[in-house]
Amino acid sequence: MSSIPANETHITSYPRFIGRSLWLATEGSFGFYAWMTALTAVFLVGANAWANQVAGGMIGTNMTDQVSWGLYIANFTFMVGLAAGGVMMVIPAYLYHDRKMHDVVIIGELLAIAAIVMCLMFVMADLGRPDRFWHMVPGIGKFNWPISMLTWDVIVLNGYLILNLHICGYLLYMRFLGRKPNPVWYVPFVMLSIVWAISIHTITAFLYCGLGGRPFWNTALLAPRFLASAFVSGPAFIIVAMILIKRLTGVVGLDDPIATLTKIIRVTILINLLMVASELFTEFYTGGSHVSAAKYLFFGLHGKTALVPWTWTAIAMNIAAALLFLWPGLLSLKWRPLLVTACMMAFIGAWIEKGMGLIVPGFIPSTLHEVVEYIPSQLEWKVTVGIWAFGLMVFTIAIKTALPTLKQSSDH
Amino acid sequence: MTSTEPSKNRSLPIVENFTRRAAVKGAFATLGAGAFVAAISPLRQAAKNTTAAEFMQQHYTELSPEQKADVIARLEAETKEKYGADVTIADDRPIPGTKFVYAINLSVCNGNGKCVEACHKENNHDRATNQSYIRVLEMPKGTMDMEQGSTTYSGAVPKDDKFYLPVQCQQCDEPPCVDVCPVKATWKEEDGIVVVDYNWCIGCRYCEAACPYHARRFNWKEPEVPTKEINPDQSYLSNRVRPVGVVEKCTYCLHRTRRGKLPACLEACPTGARVFGNILDKDSNIRWILENKRVYILKEELGTKPAFFYYFD
Repeated sequence: MSSIPANETHITSYPRFIGRSLWLATEGSFGFYAWMTALTAVFLVGANAWANQVAGGMIGTNMTDQVSWGLYIANFTFMVGLAAGGVMMVIPAYLYHDRKMHDVVIIGELLAIAAIVMCLMFVMADLGRPDRFWHMVPGIGKFNWPISMLTWDVIVLNGYLILNLHICGYLLYMRFLGRKPNPVWYVPFVMLSIVWAISIHTITAFLYCGLGGRPFWNTALLAPRFLASAFVSGPAFIIVAMILIKRLTGVVGLDDPIATLTKIIRVTILINLLMVASELFTEFYTGGSHVSAAKYLFFGLHGKTALVPWTWTAIAMNIAAALLFLWPGLLSLKWRPLLVTACMMAFIGAWIEKGMGLIVPGFIPSTLHEVVEYIPSQLEWKVTVGIWAFGLMVFTIAIKTALPTLKQSSDH
Repeated sequence: MTSTEPSKNRSLPIVENFTRRAAVKGAFATLGAGAFVAAISPLRQAAKNTTAAEFMQQHYTELSPEQKADVIARLEAETKEKYGADVTIADDRPIPGTKFVYAINLSVCNGNGKCVEACHKENNHDRATNQSYIRVLEMPKGTMDMEQGSTTYSGAVPKDDKFYLPVQCQQCDEPPCVDVCPVKATWKEEDGIVVVDYNWCIGCRYCEAACPYHARRFNWKEPEVPTKEINPDQSYLSNRVRPVGVVEKCTYCLHRTRRGKLPACLEACPTGARVFGNILDKDSNIRWILENKRVYILKEELGTKPAFFYYFD
């Protein structure tokens, strides 16, 4: 269990660590193989749909010049939130020295990695010319920094990915070598990642709220709202993941972190609802043409109502979840199924709120006040579900790689 | 085997089965990789449409004169191959001392839509989607609120209780579309025209989201134009047939205006509502109009500073 043997260096032991991790990550029960096979199949359907989209043009989507961003950018925005949401484990673990949370904080960091991978895939899926991706690479392309908010997003998202890869990679590698991690090599990066997590969702909000021609997005409340809902969806996903990990792998010591995250959602979900209410009051009480998008979203405009069922579903789920989280009984072990239900409602509520409830109505009515509706095409759903499947594959593999560490933590 | 196994005993069976398990895993990995290659095989079709030269092409502003000539020759050959038309693609540059502005007399415009049609033909727009850079709103008299307008009006024009508001790219002096572009594929030239390098645009459509005037269009599919309807008089930054997956926009017909002609939409207008010219020319008609008429600017409060004006008699 000691460090690298005398005849070995990091150059040889690191690839061995990667190989060993991959080997371990692909070991598992029949259920595990069935899960991974199913995800692979769904991912392949998505990959095929995307290839068809690239070959035939984006006419295969239901986006138009009026609604020029749809399901892909909606999911991208939501995924940035999910990636940032993992920080709700990091803050208690490192800023409040919550030992129990510290033992399992890697789950949040691994989720960030999977979510950012999905973000990048959603951006690629949305590009009309993915073959020209290199135009965006600083140095060889032409990077419109600092004026374009999209270039900031490229920087912060990739930076966040690298930060989390480093933190998780370092901790797991040290564990592989049987060494105690040296705080100098990861604690500063963890601290940086906390600030960075806030930045990724702030910058993503700035993509939209800086556009004067889109009154629905053009609000200073957008970035705080994004963060609040991210701190609902991220912890909600992690709670469900931890309940599953506990059940499937026998890792113990997850109940206290679950309780902490439940208490966090109890607050963030209310903050999010407060901000939604504040936004809606400002819109509807003021009236005028600025309220058109909100009117369309909640009640329909000129007889067009495609988004109305979506948004009321989101509102209903968010309020029901908020009430459940307020109930103290939700913390008890016997109400686990109810906690999972509450988390799923909060998660789906946030997903709708950011996608069909925010990105799409930003385009309806259009800047010339045309009401052109948007319902994602089958191709868009295939690509989207494919990317989700890939993300879940990354997350599963990452968690499996970290299992020895998680089990060791729960031993003492 | 390695130092990571918590218990030697537990790891032993895995060691014994290592080769067999590795073979099974390898087989599944190969199967997965093969399935992936099959899944993305439609990309081969797309790759055929993109030559290595096009893939490697540098940004318009960084092309040397020789490279530019090569690019233009390639584009002309491609148009011939795909559309069967012999076209000339020029590289029209701004004329020094020129700043183009446009004005429309809303008291005169009667919504006949000839400008929309002329734009469609002049700029080699996709026939199937009936694309055009101009949209005309039919507005009830007594408001300037576009929410009251309709872009899908039909029937005889002008209607008594309506007026007509054509909208196209406003060639803003503070263009939000240029600011948001992550790769500088769109910029404002010295004569005020905002252009797009169709061979540099990555198709993210951020500019479409940023434009307050719905001036930008995306090529959701490869444009279809019959051979004999192709306008052969083209320019690199304006009306050449656009590739699929990139954004395009009104260029004030720079392939005409930079050669001393008027925009196609103006020439097609039967009412004389449209006035175009160089605002730096003190004796120009447009200058006189802007100095003497009641001028209205679309969404002036957004601070985009359009080079496009509406006026009333």
